[in-house]
Amino acid sequence: MATTRTNRHTPEDTEMTTRTSRPPLEGETGTARHLALSQPRLPRWAPWLVAALSAAAALLICLTLGWNLVGGAVLAVVLFAIALPTWSRLVENSRAAKDRLVTTLVYTAFAIALVPLVSLMITVITNGIGVISGEFLTYSMRNIIGEGGGIYHAIIGTLLITLATAVISVPVGLMTSIYLVEYGVKNRVARTITFLVDVMTGIPSIVAGLFAYALFVLFFGEGVRMGFGGAVALSLLMIPIVVRSCEEMLKLVPHELREAAYALGVPKWRTILKVVLPTALPGIITGVTLAIARVIGETAPLLIIAGSTDSVNTNLFAERMMTLPVFIYYSYTQPGVPAEYGQARAWGAALVLIVIVMALNLLARGLGRLFSPKTAR
Amino acid sequence: MSTTAELRKPRQRVGDRVFAGATFTAGIIILLALAGVAVFLTLEGLPAIGAPADKLGGATSLLAYVAPLVFGTLLAAALALLIATPLSIGVALVISHYAPRRLAKPLGYLVDLLAAVPSVVYGLWGLAFLGVHLSPAYEWLDQHLGWIPFFAGPASTTGRTILTASIVLAIMVLPIITAITREIFVQTPTLNQEAALALGATRWEMIRLAVFPYARSGIVSAVMLGLGRALGETMAVAMVLSASGVVTFNLISNTNPSTIAANIALKFPDSTGLAVNALIASGLVLFVITFVVNFAARAIVARSQSEG
Repeated sequence: MATTRTNRHTPEDTEMTTRTSRPPLEGETGTARHLALSQPRLPRWAPWLVAALSAAAALLICLTLGWNLVGGAVLAVVLFAIALPTWSRLVENSRAAKDRLVTTLVYTAFAIALVPLVSLMITVITNGIGVISGEFLTYSMRNIIGEGGGIYHAIIGTLLITLATAVISVPVGLMTSIYLVEYGVKNRVARTITFLVDVMTGIPSIVAGLFAYALFVLFFGEGVRMGFGGAVALSLLMIPIVVRSCEEMLKLVPHELREAAYALGVPKWRTILKVVLPTALPGIITGVTLAIARVIGETAPLLIIAGSTDSVNTNLFAERMMTLPVFIYYSYTQPGVPAEYGQARAWGAALVLIVIVMALNLLARGLGRLFSPKTAR
Repeated sequence: MSTTAELRKPRQRVGDRVFAGATFTAGIIILLALAGVAVFLTLEGLPAIGAPADKLGGATSLLAYVAPLVFGTLLAAALALLIATPLSIGVALVISHYAPRRLAKPLGYLVDLLAAVPSVVYGLWGLAFLGVHLSPAYEWLDQHLGWIPFFAGPASTTGRTILTASIVLAIMVLPIITAITREIFVQTPTLNQEAALALGATRWEMIRLAVFPYARSGIVSAVMLGLGRALGETMAVAMVLSASGVVTFNLISNTNPSTIAANIALKFPDSTGLAVNALIASGLVLFVITFVVNFAARAIVARSQSEG
């Protein structure tokens, strides 16, 4: 996240310098006419004026033609994208007009990208908030038909499987990143691992699920379903993320610290355990939290290997295990009769899942900020 | 003599050897896991080669079974990238060059939030909200642009079309492409940008002359990583798409090609015997496709890094 831009000039800066008009000096008046140093520019408030006018025009057209709000917004943007460059072309020049057009397009792209986020949040919150209750969070779906029931079994399953995933992924990921940074500097094995870890981040989640199934089928026979299989599948997705983030953090640890420890005669492994890791710990915690947030919402592998059930199952090594994402999927696509209760539960579970994921993300950022002065010295 | 020899070759401590061995083992475990994916999928997928038609959803051979799925996967991913690429470059430019510096970081977080939403929630939203609200647009397309083969119709009334699925996919790959391109935009040498501005270039001309040439390989690899994600995305497609496994370029009708990942998610829970092996074989095909795409993307990144 290196967003350090040391020096950035915007056209406003150049505008400021070219626009400064000073009284002509003696003997200079003749040349100033031939060589215009300043060009006419639109005033600074020009975009705002055009925006207001095109919004008003779009509103008027909408009201007269009976369009809805979305059509009006699109129309307003189109009007703005035509009007401002046209005005700029008349007053300034074609290059400035093009610049203003691109600026409009770029900001429009950003706005379009945020529409789904806002819309999704609103949809999930409005549909889900009414479902959340004490019963919803503390009851399972055992023997429930129609109204009532809850997601207790799914929450338990998600927590257990995610915990098992972290228990597998964090040691393997952390040790690998230590190897890459501390031992395998510039050797062939380390380069291969780095490259393949990058490629691994792109493995489709459903393939990870199939891998876990194909592996466990060899030991437990056809149709195997267990929570631990889900943890293995999710580990395949989580390990690369952990390796990448831990590697970045270990690289940030200053070499002087290691050298100071070596100079005191501390063995390399103790240096890593007592000096390097504690220094990088905050960053590692942040990275691991983000990795957990990433895999906790995975659905496809759990659908395949952990399956679905209506009851609480706390044994990772036997029987099917419900998880929040799989619960959402089945509650909405196979809601039972009448459908409204199942679909309402799906929205409620979606809200809970989003809250968990967002909380993990905020926690990770908070931890990072809380401890960051230690490393960024 | 003996002292210098000792100095040259320090005594290996047991702790060091154990610790170094442990970290090396962890790295090897990762390589083994990756190899294991290929090996186990091949082992379980091979029996499907001679599978009878009733286990392959009516297809006469495994090839005939997988081919339409590959077509659907490629079509959905290509459409998604067509939508997502220009948008992501715009978003990345806003964060790296257009937005006021104080706003750039919070805006970046907002885009990262898009990546944090679980795919099953995207599926839920696409199915219950986006599809429903897009179906009037599909009817309009069918009526007014029906002469274009893509919009031949008849328009789906539920909006559960491959175009809706691609739009959801586009939203999901957008944060990935944005994250990588904006990193590279930010890294453009400041001197190049200032030189362009000093010659009188407008902001857009500066971006075209200084930023885009520098970022070209980065953009290509970002798009390919997005492609890898779009190819393998499962739940959103499985929930949104009303699939019937046909091969068609008609984007807005009720009969849509399915994708490999969505097909596995939909069929796997109720499949037994050789049907499971067939699904695993199709998963192997998906794995190979995404592996190649990601491999190529990472190779481009690695090459541009070693050059720059």
